[in-house]
Amino acid sequence: MVMLKNRDIISILDFTKEEISYVLDLSKKMEEQSHTDLLKGKILANLFFEPSTRTRLSFETAMKRLGGDVIGFDDPGKTSTVKGESLKDSVKIVEGYCDIIVLRHFLEGASRLTADTVNVPVINAGDGASQHPTQTFLDLYTIKNTKGGLEGLKVGFLGDLKYGRTAHSLAYALTHFNAEMFFISPPSLRIPKDYIDQLKSRGITYHEVDSLFEIRSNLDILYCTRIQKERFADPVEYEKVRGIYKLSSAVLDDLKLGNDLKILHPLPRVEEMDESLDSTDYAAYFQQAHSGVPVREALLAAVLGVLQ
Amino acid sequence: MKKLEVSAIEEGTVIDQIASKSTFKVANILDIQNIDQVVLVGVNLSSKKLDKKGIIKIGGKQLTQDEVNKIALIAPDATLNIIKDSEVERKFQVAIPDTLEGIVKCFNPNCVSNHQVIQSKFHVMNKNPIKIRCHYCERHMGGDDIELV
Ligand SMILES: Nc1ncnc2c1ncn2[C@@H]1O[C@H](COP(=O)(O)OP(=O)(O)OP(=O)(O)O)[C@@H](O)[C@H]1O
Ligand SMILES: [Mg+2]
Ligand SMILES: [Zn+2]
Repeated sequence: MVMLKNRDIISILDFTKEEISYVLDLSKKMEEQSHTDLLKGKILANLFFEPSTRTRLSFETAMKRLGGDVIGFDDPGKTSTVKGESLKDSVKIVEGYCDIIVLRHFLEGASRLTADTVNVPVINAGDGASQHPTQTFLDLYTIKNTKGGLEGLKVGFLGDLKYGRTAHSLAYALTHFNAEMFFISPPSLRIPKDYIDQLKSRGITYHEVDSLFEIRSNLDILYCTRIQKERFADPVEYEKVRGIYKLSSAVLDDLKLGNDLKILHPLPRVEEMDESLDSTDYAAYFQQAHSGVPVREALLAAVLGVLQ
Repeated sequence: MKKLEVSAIEEGTVIDQIASKSTFKVANILDIQNIDQVVLVGVNLSSKKLDKKGIIKIGGKQLTQDEVNKIALIAPDATLNIIKDSEVERKFQVAIPDTLEGIVKCFNPNCVSNHQVIQSKFHVMNKNPIKIRCHYCERHMGGDDIELV
């Protein structure tokens, strides 16, 4: 039996397959029916030490849809942090004002430190280049909805696989569901060895290639991430690859990755996905962005213990 | 009586079976420069178990648990011999604990443990070869990445 009451949501590494499936099922229920009074009287503190409009707003919407209230800040310049207050002190004080803390911070591991410090549950809304577990839950939720299940899918990861934390966390989560993985990136932006070792130890079949054109198989999912020009040591290298990593409706037709392919992207996109894709059946990224609300509703309700 | 390669002490600790090249790192952990009692250091000694071993003998000193944990990271094969009345009273092998608190510095400059006044904390994933995971930023570190606090 899955029990998430009072659990901290810090890293996808902390969750078992059963727990992940439970959260996704609950998210479905949240999407299908409204639960307007579920979190009535509960207060969420949104502590954003680094700005992020989308994540902050979707937590706020999720909490309010369930009847709860939200306090918080998104500009640390106005908080006591600028006066030199430690993170531990800040969150210990806020703990007294709320039932749950949602934290976004520029330092990696800030959420774990917060969870170790306070007694109310903590949800990591992104810490530096480290973890962003609610994004991973909503990625999984979108994949499950578009594919009808998660078991045994062929999943491509495209773009900046070296620094792209959303791709790392999703790849890890999909090891529970025995995915076959294709990592498509320029050699300089390959997925780090730590993650490859993890996949190996979990018996995952994976392939590393430079270009989508090297994939000789249908894909169920293509997970795109933004490639930043400044990541390339050599601008000539960037010019060489930018075309390959620029997806459009025409490129997709050329690629022959199968008609059932769904494309996900954590957004914002820049030039890696052309707007011509938006109206095709491949595009699932707006649906993915909208999944943020039911998934966060599910996590809030589960952690605050109003469902069990 | 056995002939000792590095001379004898009456009371204290002998750290034996140090991989020779790590001997001075172990000496630094123990801060031997600031010890008033007898300290004897030997390197490049022949050994049955190791290629070349180092040995450190410190009069009067009992090691702290932190020191033992640090030595285990740097010299996983080391043995500690507690000397009483010129005899080996107790002998044990150093061991890497399952978590390391406040003894290793995280190599990730953006890790919260390098910016807030807190102790570093690592979970040991593998002991030999050593592989550890930062409790905070979750980065993995191997033997070459390890820098003691
Ligand atoms: N009184 C002493 N003063 C200084 N060093 C000592 C003393 N007695 C023993 N030692 C040293 O402590 C270590 C362990 O001594 P021991 O007699 O157990 O040797 P050993 O049988 O070779 O043990 P091991 O198998 O651990 O190498 C050796 O390096 C020895 O030289
Ligand atoms: Mg010996
Ligand atoms: Zn760290």
